[in-house]
Amino acid sequence: MPRLSYRRALTRALADELARDERVFLLGEDIRVAAANVTSGLVKRFGPERVRDTPLSEQAFTSFATGAALAGMRPVIEFQIPSLLFLVFEQIVNHAHKFPLMTGGQCAVPVTYLVPGSGSRKGWAGQHSDHPYSLFAHAGVTTVVPATPADAYGLLVSAVRCDDPVVLFAPAGALDVREDVDAAALVPVPLGRARVHRPGDDVTVVAVGHLVHDALAVAEELADQVSVEVFDPRTLYPFDWDSLVESVARTGRLVVVDDANRSCGVAGEVIATVVERVPLVAPPRRVTRPDGAVLPFAPALDRAVQPGRDQLLAAIHHVMKDG
Amino acid sequence: MTDADPVRLYRTVRLIRRFEERAIELVRSGHIVGGIHPYLGQEGIAAGVCAALRADDVVAGTHRGHGHVLAKGADPARMLAELCGRATGLNAGRGGSMHAADLGVGVLGANAIVGASGAIITGAVWARRRLGADAVGVSFFGDGAVNEGMLLEAFNLAALWRVPVLFVCENNGYATTMPVAAAVAGSIPGRAEAFGMTATVVDGQDPEEVHAVTAAAVARMRAGGGPELVEARTYRFDAHHTFEHAVRLDYRPPEEVARGRSRDPVAIQGARLPDARRVAVDAEVEATLTAAVEFALASPEPDPVDALAYLYASGLTARTGGG
Repeated sequence: MPRLSYRRALTRALADELARDERVFLLGEDIRVAAANVTSGLVKRFGPERVRDTPLSEQAFTSFATGAALAGMRPVIEFQIPSLLFLVFEQIVNHAHKFPLMTGGQCAVPVTYLVPGSGSRKGWAGQHSDHPYSLFAHAGVTTVVPATPADAYGLLVSAVRCDDPVVLFAPAGALDVREDVDAAALVPVPLGRARVHRPGDDVTVVAVGHLVHDALAVAEELADQVSVEVFDPRTLYPFDWDSLVESVARTGRLVVVDDANRSCGVAGEVIATVVERVPLVAPPRRVTRPDGAVLPFAPALDRAVQPGRDQLLAAIHHVMKDG
Repeated sequence: MTDADPVRLYRTVRLIRRFEERAIELVRSGHIVGGIHPYLGQEGIAAGVCAALRADDVVAGTHRGHGHVLAKGADPARMLAELCGRATGLNAGRGGSMHAADLGVGVLGANAIVGASGAIITGAVWARRRLGADAVGVSFFGDGAVNEGMLLEAFNLAALWRVPVLFVCENNGYATTMPVAAAVAGSIPGRAEAFGMTATVVDGQDPEEVHAVTAAAVARMRAGGGPELVEARTYRFDAHHTFEHAVRLDYRPPEEVARGRSRDPVAIQGARLPDARRVAVDAEVEATLTAAVEFALASPEPDPVDALAYLYASGLTARTGGG
């Protein structure tokens, strides 16, 4: 079976959608030469009209995509740096997201915002290392964080085909993941549907993005002591609450690991929703970046601020002991 | 292609004038909540510009947007129903004054964010041309928008990619209460010229002059020319917003207001018609607006059960907010 890397899964999804639908086109900075190593080969195959390099004008080209979508196109924008989403939050939330409701259903804004390399890239410091997915989930923009190559492919395809704006965060920590994938297994993955990577009976660990792989490693390490279910939401908004409720109703315990700041983060929302619906046998735990974290530069500091396997391990032990 | 018919221009400026006066009455009577930004005094710009456009051309406007929506051809009755928050409104009561849109006649919406429409219309026109239409577009904005980075980025993108967008700056002398002289370094045409665009200054109080300048620019753009800018010098006869009717703000000297109001686009265009013709148009406009008011006030309010209808074009339903 061929090995597929996460990056090439994204490339393949873009190529397949460009080939399938003339209305799809790409916008972004340095995408012609594939500076982020995602759009490789696409300009040669589809031409510079459909793989459009933009000047450094994030706000303008984000709203340009909104206008193009209003006129019937299906733009995909690549953002080289996750923090650029702070700059275009206004254009995405105040315009792209709000237009369908504000116009009383007269329009759709099918734009995909692709962020390859969100979170820490090791050594890129404060302004290149954010993971701002909670902001979009809060605003109500469809927000996707795939963990594996096959899911990256399938969720990006679904994002491009979705009639609403979708932000897809491809965590830097997952970009080097490879898996054996049969080409026939590369299919659209429905938005809003979670995936259980490892079934378990004692505790549900909800892991976001690249942390799915850490959660699987910890689950394996604990295999002879605790039966851990690794739950990957894949889409943070809309969240697959029913599947999570079903999981936690079985295990009775919940830990969330989320590489983003703690206050008002997705981890808090997951815990709140679960405790509204499911009686737990132990107080739930979350492992996140600290409140208000700005990723410091030095490697040891960068690592110290991100959720680690030891913290996850400790959180699992806590919920096992408390219950 | 374009219609410089003086009767049509008069009908449009008169319609906008009387629409705004009726809307202000409905603000005072409490039928329009939240107030409006009256377009009074600026009618000649929307009328002159839109008379030079085709039905398949697109426009996007501002918070002071009623004139653009009406001049492009939206139904005044459904527009007024929108202002009154009725289910029959253009936006099904979801947009109101600042977001009125009628995509069916090429109005991509009034937009409450200053400077936002430029990039959206640039993307929409680029997309329409890519999909085979030879459409042009107009972005209306006020003098306050010329200091917004997002608009200047849009100037660059449109000029760089030769997207035929006419940027129409309605310079009414004030950004809310801030005089142009205190806010704008350099000049408004100078901003466009810096991006290699042709810029024309026009008397915004004369609908025929606005039409002539626009028609010439549109002809150049349709023949393959890039974007252009028109600075239409005008004067806002009434308040920035109807809240000023209750809270008197002291920022325009009375003699300046009197001088500004002395050049009335409705009177200027009306003087070009024989008296009998003008009286007939006035009667026609009154009948239209009387029917519009009756339609709006007789229309049902939207059902709160569907408050968030149209939020997602994809059919996604959001969780409710209650406990």
